[in-house]
Amino acid sequence: MTGISVTLAQLKPKLGCVAENLVLIEERIKKAAADKVDLIVFPELAVTGYFLKDLVPEVALRIDSSEITHLKELSRQISIAIGLVEVTDDYRFYNTALYLEDGEIRHLHRKVYLPTYGLFDEQRYLARGERFRAFDTKFGRMGLLICEDMWHLSSSYILAMDGASILICLSSSPGRGIEGEILGSARAWQQLTSTTAMFLNCRVLYCNRVGYEDGVNFWGGSEYIAPSGESVIRGKILEEDSVRATLDEGALRRERIFFPMLRDENLFVTMQELRRIESKRGQ
Amino acid sequence: MGGLSANTDLLRKILVGFVKDEVHKVGVQKAVLGLSGGIDSALVVFIAAEALGPENVHAICMPYKSSNPESETHARLVAQACGVNFSVVPITPMVDSYFDMFPEANNMRRGNKMARERMTILFDHSALLSALVLGTSNKTELLLGYGTLYGDMASALNPIGDLYKSQVWQLSEAMGVPKEVIEKNPSADLWAGQTDEEELGFSYRQVDELLYRMVDQRKITEELLAEGLEVDFVDDIYKKVQNSHFKRRLPVIAKVSNRTIDRDFRYSRDWGK
Repeated sequence: MTGISVTLAQLKPKLGCVAENLVLIEERIKKAAADKVDLIVFPELAVTGYFLKDLVPEVALRIDSSEITHLKELSRQISIAIGLVEVTDDYRFYNTALYLEDGEIRHLHRKVYLPTYGLFDEQRYLARGERFRAFDTKFGRMGLLICEDMWHLSSSYILAMDGASILICLSSSPGRGIEGEILGSARAWQQLTSTTAMFLNCRVLYCNRVGYEDGVNFWGGSEYIAPSGESVIRGKILEEDSVRATLDEGALRRERIFFPMLRDENLFVTMQELRRIESKRGQ
Repeated sequence: MGGLSANTDLLRKILVGFVKDEVHKVGVQKAVLGLSGGIDSALVVFIAAEALGPENVHAICMPYKSSNPESETHARLVAQACGVNFSVVPITPMVDSYFDMFPEANNMRRGNKMARERMTILFDHSALLSALVLGTSNKTELLLGYGTLYGDMASALNPIGDLYKSQVWQLSEAMGVPKEVIEKNPSADLWAGQTDEEELGFSYRQVDELLYRMVDQRKITEELLAEGLEVDFVDDIYKKVQNSHFKRRLPVIAKVSNRTIDRDFRYSRDWGK
């Protein structure tokens, strides 16, 4: 396979305005499809905005809703990764990412790690996802992560072990830390995505939103990181952007030949030791 | 240099973006603020001019008869430097007619009344001009409670409320606030010759170092003492922060229902924006 063309849609959703956000999203999808892009990635909660609090039940969508059906239809033109609030039949609300392809939901990931500290309060309003699974797409095997998920080493590790060579992280990362050369949260994320790509010989697609909610800024800086850990392209900081990346299959092949860490990863040893630790904790 | 040293390019971008985004998203183009002649309001007016265009920013100087005449001169200088609209609304008649009824009032009551008088003028101009009121309290003042509740602490948006005074100085220099304003001794200018640092009993640089370590880094007293801070100073500032906390909160509501505002009725202010 030659290059996969990807757009990271660094947009600014309006808080709680599902219909208006879907209009913005559809514009971006149509533009990318017209540009012959293979995959468009949106941020975490792109459909709803982030600091929803008690708005969660009002903005949540059922998987069989007309809104998601419409997005599925759009995925006949271009593959779509997008974040929203999902409501299930038993009235649980999830911070969910969908991967849509050829009119179908190829994968549904529910955020596992809901940050509830500092300025975050997700677990008060949302239910926790319970799995990380890689999935096949027409562009290869991928894994979906939502923001905080990526701060847990095991999440990306599991997806890589499950065969994903592309990790897509949908993010709504608030900007903070003004003492350094670059924004503190941007620096932390850049280290994280680069290190993850390097450790797991994976491509990382990171899409972060922009805009302000109640004085909190979201810093953007969406990027594509090659399996070497090198940032190939990075979006603007604090401004809307559309970041166009081409994922080079050759770069993955070469990286995995030069540094076959993933091949050599010993799942047996890892599992044995984790089971030992688990059983000890259970005592 | 510790964490009080700020990347001013980054800070400027965040704060200019904040004013632009938060003003425009409520469907308004303009902002109004009080310009005292001091550094905090000077910095905010520079930020607002860059965010909204100087023609959309209205700065109002509101002197009392005992205010230092230099304050109005500096306010005018700042307004000219960034090209915003400028007007002067003296508060002497309103304040004096009130205190004619309470001639025994002390400096604190008079100072608070002046701050609240100015607030009513700004919010009246908010309606007059369809403009949001910008706050000019910095993080040092807010944490110490060195401000008047519903007076200078009242605003719709505050771009500098998370900046210590030391950072206000840095950003002001970077943004080109006139030197005279940056270099003068900070003063609430409530009575002749008043300076903040004399009234507070410590310098802003001293207290910023302590507040940064105590609040932002969450260092405990033993750590602060090991770093050379005086125990009395640490205790005094901790109490100041604690005792002024009511000023940083909305009025307390007695809960009787299942959904009480701000307790279990929780929405962002930017709900639908």
